[in-house]
Amino acid sequence: MSLIQETDFGTPKSKSETMVTLTIDGNTITVPEGTSIMRAAMEAGTQIPKLCATDMVDAFGSCRLCLIEIEGRAGTPASCTTPAMNGLVVHTQTERLKKLRKGVMELYISDHPLDCLTCAANGDCELQDMAGAVGLRDVRYGYEGENHVFAKSHGCDNDAWMPKDESNPYFTYDPSKCIVCSRCVRACEEVQGTFALTISGRGFDSRVSPGMSESFLGSECVSCGACVQACPTATLTEKSVIEIGQPEHSVVTTCAYCGVGCTFKAEMRGEEVVRMVPWKDGKANRGHSCVKGRFAWGYTTHKERILKPMIRERIEDPWQEVSWDEAFNFAATKFKGIQQKYGRDAVGGITSSRCTNEETYLVQKLIRAGFGNNNVDTCARVCHSPTGYGLSATFGTSAGTQDFDSVEHTDVVMIIGANPAAAHPVFASRLKKRLRQGAKLIVVDPRRTEMVESPHVRALHLPLMPGTNVAVVTALAHVIVTEGLADEAFIRERCDWSEFEDWAAFVSDPKNSPEATAIVTGVDPKDLREAARIFATGGNGAIYYGLGVTEHSQGSTTVIAIANLAMVTGNIGRPGVGVNPLRGQNNVQGSCDMGSFPHELPGYRHISGDAVREQFEAMWNVKLNKEPGLRIPNMFDAAIEGTFMGLYVQGEDILQSDPNTKHVVAALSSMECVIVHDLFLNETANYAHVFLPGSTFLEKDGTFTNAERRIQRVRKVMTPKNGLADWEVTIGLAKAMGFEMHYNHPSEIMDEIAALTPTFAGVSFAKLDELGSVQWPCNEKAPEGTPIMHIGGFVRGKGKFIVTEYIATDERTGPRFPLLLTTGRILSQYNVGAQTRRTENVVWHAEDRLEIHPHDAEQRGVRDGDWVRLKSRAGETTLRALLTDRVAPGVVYTTFHHPDTQANVITTEFSDWATNCPEYKVTAVQISPSNGPSDWQKAYDEQARHSRRIAPVVEAAE
Amino acid sequence: MSSSPDRLVYMANQIGKFFQSQGHDRAVQGISEHIWKFWDPRMRKQIFAHLDAGGAGLDPNVLDALQKLKLQA
Repeated sequence: MSLIQETDFGTPKSKSETMVTLTIDGNTITVPEGTSIMRAAMEAGTQIPKLCATDMVDAFGSCRLCLIEIEGRAGTPASCTTPAMNGLVVHTQTERLKKLRKGVMELYISDHPLDCLTCAANGDCELQDMAGAVGLRDVRYGYEGENHVFAKSHGCDNDAWMPKDESNPYFTYDPSKCIVCSRCVRACEEVQGTFALTISGRGFDSRVSPGMSESFLGSECVSCGACVQACPTATLTEKSVIEIGQPEHSVVTTCAYCGVGCTFKAEMRGEEVVRMVPWKDGKANRGHSCVKGRFAWGYTTHKERILKPMIRERIEDPWQEVSWDEAFNFAATKFKGIQQKYGRDAVGGITSSRCTNEETYLVQKLIRAGFGNNNVDTCARVCHSPTGYGLSATFGTSAGTQDFDSVEHTDVVMIIGANPAAAHPVFASRLKKRLRQGAKLIVVDPRRTEMVESPHVRALHLPLMPGTNVAVVTALAHVIVTEGLADEAFIRERCDWSEFEDWAAFVSDPKNSPEATAIVTGVDPKDLREAARIFATGGNGAIYYGLGVTEHSQGSTTVIAIANLAMVTGNIGRPGVGVNPLRGQNNVQGSCDMGSFPHELPGYRHISGDAVREQFEAMWNVKLNKEPGLRIPNMFDAAIEGTFMGLYVQGEDILQSDPNTKHVVAALSSMECVIVHDLFLNETANYAHVFLPGSTFLEKDGTFTNAERRIQRVRKVMTPKNGLADWEVTIGLAKAMGFEMHYNHPSEIMDEIAALTPTFAGVSFAKLDELGSVQWPCNEKAPEGTPIMHIGGFVRGKGKFIVTEYIATDERTGPRFPLLLTTGRILSQYNVGAQTRRTENVVWHAEDRLEIHPHDAEQRGVRDGDWVRLKSRAGETTLRALLTDRVAPGVVYTTFHHPDTQANVITTEFSDWATNCPEYKVTAVQISPSNGPSDWQKAYDEQARHSRRIAPVVEAAE
Repeated sequence: MSSSPDRLVYMANQIGKFFQSQGHDRAVQGISEHIWKFWDPRMRKQIFAHLDAGGAGLDPNVLDALQKLKLQA
């Protein structure tokens, strides 16, 4: 193993299909039109010296180091800004160029510290490399003159010197090492799209400035790391590199945070991670990252990680540390006892959307084959289960239709109930890049999100009342159909025409017009009509949506309405269009694919199908139950009723993430054995009897599947600190239950998945190693996978239009609960925060706040930062208010990243009609000033502290 | 609402409301198929027991759908 060195071609790749041929240093080279001479040379293996150029950003031409000579042209142009043309004869090394370059380098170095041996960039410094490349041997100007290097010069304070900015927890800004190449500024603009950095001043006074000469932490900087990656010197450096030193080998792996699925190089020293660097060949992220994947991996070695298995008879007892075998046997005895006493169906499990496909597959296999029932569910129940239902009903597949690259061909983007800038930041950056190129943006969201407010982006915002998605999307369809904007040719060719006619008649009904529905949706009919017209006529239209669509009583109906909208405008089956669910967790798509739902075997095949079941029975050598099992909310209900008494939860904190916490507490307390398999003593573990320590994504091999259906490798870079990878733990538990599974490596599990699942038939670790990644379906028909689905026709045959009647949720506001609470995410935290709260990311978001409109706040006597009591029909909690007009009057908003806030004490048990996905996004609440934590919060905290005690190990007497 | 059969009646009616606009026959077909595909046997048993006890609170299409499903079971 060695350090992977990615080639920097200096300028971005040209997408032109026209080729041009030129001669560089006597070699004939053919490149796409628009390629810079610098890049053309590099593709042929000649590296022209450069400092301000890097292929993640456009050419800038400021460093004057990459000069070349072209026969027949005067002067010495910069090769980064000069395009390759037919017939050019280029020389990259002449006496004149050598002299010029040396002179440029001499000037740079005259204002740069010469502490190379103790510099953090030692071994990874482009300035040092270039000084070597041009043969710089001395600096005639000396170091005594005006400079940015020394704090004092000639005994006086040096006004041009600036101290280090250590405000960001993950990287340091050392202005004394800056060469003002602007790579960081351009990365922030072009790659990330935040525009937090600028160059202040001119000439010798030029400085990289976060915001208006603020600290990095105090500026708009979102800590994505693009500037650090772009910096050619030690000006912007990861603190981990400063502390540890340069890495010596690297391994390509996949981020374990959100559903974007960024590819990273884990840069290592032995088994210690030095830094995570986004990989340019990663097809989801194309070399970009966000604060979570790039920096927030410290949880993997956090002191609160539990590394030894633990058991206890009662949840009131302290935990006892035991050996793996004792823990497995204890758990198996309990589960077998429960099944004897209450019946075979009295136990079940929850697979993890954070674990690998292979691990998820094993957990559902253990439940179906080992427990002998189908009581298996996954986190997708509470996030994207309506996506599976809605898209499979209309199109025939339970997944998004595009790859992320597709956004580069989109002309109109409609975002519904999603805030990619916070929850899918790397995709958001790619999207914003397209928007800055001129694509139009429509945002349907109750809140003015970061997407609406991002710089150099103009959004048409439809601020709807929470819970009225179906009315809004149907009204959009109303405008398209009644104004004759439907793509009839597409519909006639690809969809069922008579179903379309029924649907068209339904949406055309005046009661579905924007004017008629405005009273419930709160959306200005003029804006809605404009949005519909733009979407239908603006070229390639793509819809991206998130949990603001699915987590409603009518979640599945909205997904269907979205699919209808894509079909009626012909926006399916080519690049730039499609229906794109932004999946929440890293492997939530994979966990659904792997048969985590109680009614479906891997590959979305209903458990009642005899032929499919028999295949699995033959492979697993066991008879399977053909009845669907319990979904998570049904498990809770059954537990309270006394028919469901044992639960195995892998990598999921259901107590914090599921709605109506009191109900979940009651359910967990009713069970006789709860097995939690996790990294930390999470909230669910407070009610557990067995704790099996989990392993992180850095400690195991496997695959994750992202929101694009892209299957990517997760590679082990260190030994599991807890001793076993999660797949080995499940095998151990299964064995104790009397169900043996034999695998030596996760690749063998994938081979079994491929053998049983037609859409995965062509997937193997060998193929993933060869191609980097593939998107399912991957089989004989599509051996390299399927980036875009439904080309030429829908998977189900004809696209199915389904009528989507708006039915108001039963969660209503009234005199006692006059406000609507909706929930969401924040950039720096992830899901229940179990990982990100154990990193420095807490500097950005140390607590959940309640966003409230100043008008509503004033009426209640609430000031910014005040503690408020938030009360719903389900429960109450307290948190601090944040006054903002991002939410409309009548709407309040919070996040649920922190367990002490307990936002889910407030949320109710209402759920999607089709899938029981909880209605997190609409809760009627009242707000009043408060002095501090509620009685519930105090009691909860007390129980949690009591429950987390671990009994001291008694040393045997000598 | 957490105690069945109230919760199951609520869930069944919710399913019924989605299919309502498709007319009686298709609604009955859609509802019964949905419950057969997604409800675990103990939930179906409970709702059938409730149906036998008169099916209080169940919307007409849902009542028909459950009767149809019960005959098939």
